[in-house]
Amino acid sequence: MRGLGSKGLAAGCVLVGVVLGVAVVSLVWLPYDPADTSGGRLVPPGGEHLLGTDKLGRDLLTQLMIGARIALVAGGGSVLLGGVLGVLAGLAAGFATRWLDDALAAALDALIAFPTLLLAMLVVAVRQASLGSAVLAIGLAMSAVVARLTRILVKRVLAQDYITAARTSGSSWPRIIAEHVLPNIWPTLLVNLALQLGLAVLAEASLSYLGLGPPPPNASWGRLLHEAQATVLTAPVGAIAPGVLLVVLVVGVNLVADGLRDLAPGRSR
Amino acid sequence: MARYLLRRTAFLLGSLLLAASLLFVLLRLLPGDPANALLSIGATPEQIAAARRQTGSDLPLPEQFGAWLGGLARLDLGTSYVSKLPVGGEIAARLVVTVPLTLLAFALAVVVAVPVGFLAAHRAQRWYGPLLSGFAQLGIAVPVFWIGMLLVTVFALRLRLLPAGGFPREDWAEPGRALAALTLPVVTIALVMSASLIRYVRSATLDVLGSDHLRTARALGESFAGAMWRHGLRNAAGPVIAVLGIELATTFLGAVVVESVFALPGLGTLLIEGISEHDYPVIQGVLAVSTFAVLVIGFAADVAQRLVDPRLRTRLGRS
Repeated sequence: MRGLGSKGLAAGCVLVGVVLGVAVVSLVWLPYDPADTSGGRLVPPGGEHLLGTDKLGRDLLTQLMIGARIALVAGGGSVLLGGVLGVLAGLAAGFATRWLDDALAAALDALIAFPTLLLAMLVVAVRQASLGSAVLAIGLAMSAVVARLTRILVKRVLAQDYITAARTSGSSWPRIIAEHVLPNIWPTLLVNLALQLGLAVLAEASLSYLGLGPPPPNASWGRLLHEAQATVLTAPVGAIAPGVLLVVLVVGVNLVADGLRDLAPGRSR
Repeated sequence: MARYLLRRTAFLLGSLLLAASLLFVLLRLLPGDPANALLSIGATPEQIAAARRQTGSDLPLPEQFGAWLGGLARLDLGTSYVSKLPVGGEIAARLVVTVPLTLLAFALAVVVAVPVGFLAAHRAQRWYGPLLSGFAQLGIAVPVFWIGMLLVTVFALRLRLLPAGGFPREDWAEPGRALAALTLPVVTIALVMSASLIRYVRSATLDVLGSDHLRTARALGESFAGAMWRHGLRNAAGPVIAVLGIELATTFLGAVVVESVFALPGLGTLLIEGISEHDYPVIQGVLAVSTFAVLVIGFAADVAQRLVDPRLRTRLGRS
């Protein structure tokens, strides 16, 4: 929450860093082959399998490490897609003529009413369940939110006297965007994109839990939780560890977002 | 106010139309023909033609679009490919679970979040202030289905206090059993919803507590409770109502996921069944009903906010 300041930011960076580190390590080293089921089913933690194995005999630690990669790709990809589309659309609406702006604003409000998860399920229904579908759907839903925010921020900046001054002194619009608009709106945008990253990670996990996420070789944390639900009493680690990692990542991202907001210039809230 | 209502209603109708069009466009972008869902491999050309006639996919797109909008206007959502029953009826049968689940969870979340959020702001200096804020911070980061899994494990599988999932076949004929089936799902959703609500109530309260008019009221001799009641509550209510609208919509969506955890026969599980069986009328119908619900909730919240906060009705408040 607010007021933690740089301590919160540091804690958030550590939490995100841990997940990021695990994801990077998973690219070069994994304890077992993800498809290796030779260790036996539902082996308890300890010994050769540090966190035990799942009901198919796959090493849980290996699955979790791959899951870190998927969570970050899904979250980062969605934010990249939603951020680029949203900022462009928001800039366009902010600079558009009155009626075009009104129409865009109404369209954005209607789009935002399309809840992320339902839009994602629609995209999965139309295409197929894959990491790409998840990123596409979450990114598209996010772009409407980002566009609305960008539009409001742009309008606020354009109403300032220094924009009029820049116009009268002969600056071109592209130059005004680069020199006045973007520098003034990016701190707020960045904070919002960080929050969106956390939401995107949760959305991907929900999709995967529902069986609409990336298919089996990709061990998404959401799907790991779904698979472990049936054996929660005999193998509790499998039903707890992916959830803990999800919370670590999302709390970390939110702490970073709050820390950035506190650092952002000119914002007392 | 009348002018505002008129404008807001026009906007609601416009966004309903836009949402319906968006649904149509997205579902028609699909590479296959909806008729394929009715056909087995090796179907004859006659069977294919018959299936396309039945699903209406042989008509030109504008006509299909017209039929879709016309159906929506008459509250006719078509016929399921799988069960051969009207989609409207299927959805209505599922709403018997989803609507009580949503409303109960929402009510519980509000009842918990308003006092807790107020305390987190009013008693920020006491030891439990930061604790409550921490709970709120954690709550928005925890996936709702995971909370559901953990609650099932503890209260259904270990302690055997409540059913782990499912819903009585006779729906609400035995209210006790139906309520028992909904208890864990309701608590699951309410826990997550209250966390995000607490954050809003807390910041709305902080804004009001720091305001000059409240200090003036206190200086003029009103008690804290009196000043809060007469001057604070209405000021804090505006932003909270706006958020409540969004939260009610989010609760409804939380229900979609949580129904899966508890194997409840609600709207969410209907949607997932529809997706896995490529039952397009069902997918279309559920998505249309859900989106419309979200839009109507937003409309209601906006209007309620105007009623509570007279400042929004002036020219200055309109931006």
